[in-house]
Amino acid sequence: MALAKRIIPCLDCDKGRVVKGVKFLDIRDAGDPVEIARRYSDAGADEITFLDITASHEGRETTVKTVEAIASQVFIPLTVGGGIRTLEDIRTMLNAGADKVSINTAAVTNPEFVRQAAEKFGSQCIVVAVDAKKVSAEGEPDRWEIFTHGGRKPTGLDAIEWAKRMVSYGAGEILLTSMDRDGTKIGFDLALNRAISDAVDVPVIASGGVGNLQHLVDGVLEGGADAVLAASIFHFGEYSIPEAKQYMADRGITMRL
Amino acid sequence: MNRVAVIDYGMGNLHSVSKALESLGSDVQVDITSDASRILSADRIVFPGVGAIRDCMAEILRLGIDHIVRDAVASGKPVLAICVGMQALMQSSDENGYVPCLGLLPGSVRRFGGSGTLLDTDGNRLKVPHMGWNNVRQTQAHPLWQGIDDNSRFYFVHSYFVEPTDKNQLAGETEYGHAFAAALSKDSLFAVQFHPEKSQHCGLQLLRNFLAWNGQCHQ
Repeated sequence: MALAKRIIPCLDCDKGRVVKGVKFLDIRDAGDPVEIARRYSDAGADEITFLDITASHEGRETTVKTVEAIASQVFIPLTVGGGIRTLEDIRTMLNAGADKVSINTAAVTNPEFVRQAAEKFGSQCIVVAVDAKKVSAEGEPDRWEIFTHGGRKPTGLDAIEWAKRMVSYGAGEILLTSMDRDGTKIGFDLALNRAISDAVDVPVIASGGVGNLQHLVDGVLEGGADAVLAASIFHFGEYSIPEAKQYMADRGITMRL
Repeated sequence: MNRVAVIDYGMGNLHSVSKALESLGSDVQVDITSDASRILSADRIVFPGVGAIRDCMAEILRLGIDHIVRDAVASGKPVLAICVGMQALMQSSDENGYVPCLGLLPGSVRRFGGSGTLLDTDGNRLKVPHMGWNNVRQTQAHPLWQGIDDNSRFYFVHSYFVEPTDKNQLAGETEYGHAFAAALSKDSLFAVQFHPEKSQHCGLQLLRNFLAWNGQCHQ
């Protein structure tokens, strides 16, 4: 009898198609985000995150239609991220059926945007994506900095201070990605996750580096994560959502089974 | 046709609740509206709400939704209030300082942890907002719980919770640091703090029950 930790599969989409591919054995269309979202929901995913990497403006129209289609058929929470820069962008996504939006670069370039967004739409739908990279040298106390542009551009912002600031501006949740670990499959940066989770009152979603189910467990038990986000381990069928949930539950984590 | 009015006062995502209702039957006709005559002529009424209570109440009063909700409840038609819709039914909320609400149900709305830190029974800090899937203990039999196992998990996202004065109106309870009202029931009115439209099978079952409900508390 307690709040369950969440497993959140993430779909990276370009012009309405899932990129990086999804390899389910019996899926008809491996690029259709609506079918994939429905599959994950049926399998027991606790939320879905839809990350739009579409660059063009025209492509964004497709994204809105895709979000509408997912929200019409999948009745679990849906977060939409990527290219959220204005209050109008947020309104469009919420009207299309998103429950939360994830703000990334725009938070760094214009922190006040987060404050305005939370005031306008409520903290419950404002997720701030924090992309952090370790900058301390070996032997020094741990220090992480915020990076933008997929981890290429340093900002000079201390990750812990930044996360606290974003929460004070009204972020209702932090999506924390270790840019050192993203795509490595060696596990979350647990020290980073623990530091951020301890520093803020709002839930923290751990992301970046998941390669096996023990990594998910470590993210919660050692990293203090309230939710874990993963893409490839689920997309390529290495592990299923029920398998992941059972594994976590067997190690004492409260899950929705 | 089974006509459901979803009250629109400009606050947030009405798409999800409409789509969830529409998914439950080809005879379900959802009307998202702030028009009094359309709302009051529907077979049943959903009173949703997201965001901050001050803005919600301001729009409710500006559009005359307060009168509509009062009339709807008085009419005996089934009314389902969701999340901030539930909170708006109470007498007042501590959110945004202090906001007087509709006062259709006795009780108030308070913040998890007050101005301090929310702790669980072992003394561990709990995050606020209360976000995710939590168990709902059914504290009374009700047609809207039909086919839903006791202690099923529903999806919550909120920082403020309802504290009812009349415990007889409590229909469901959830633990987060302490027990709080997850559902309230009074005559033809049912109010839930969680989001049935986002709670997959259990949530859809509750909405299915609502679509079939005649507004009587006992079967």
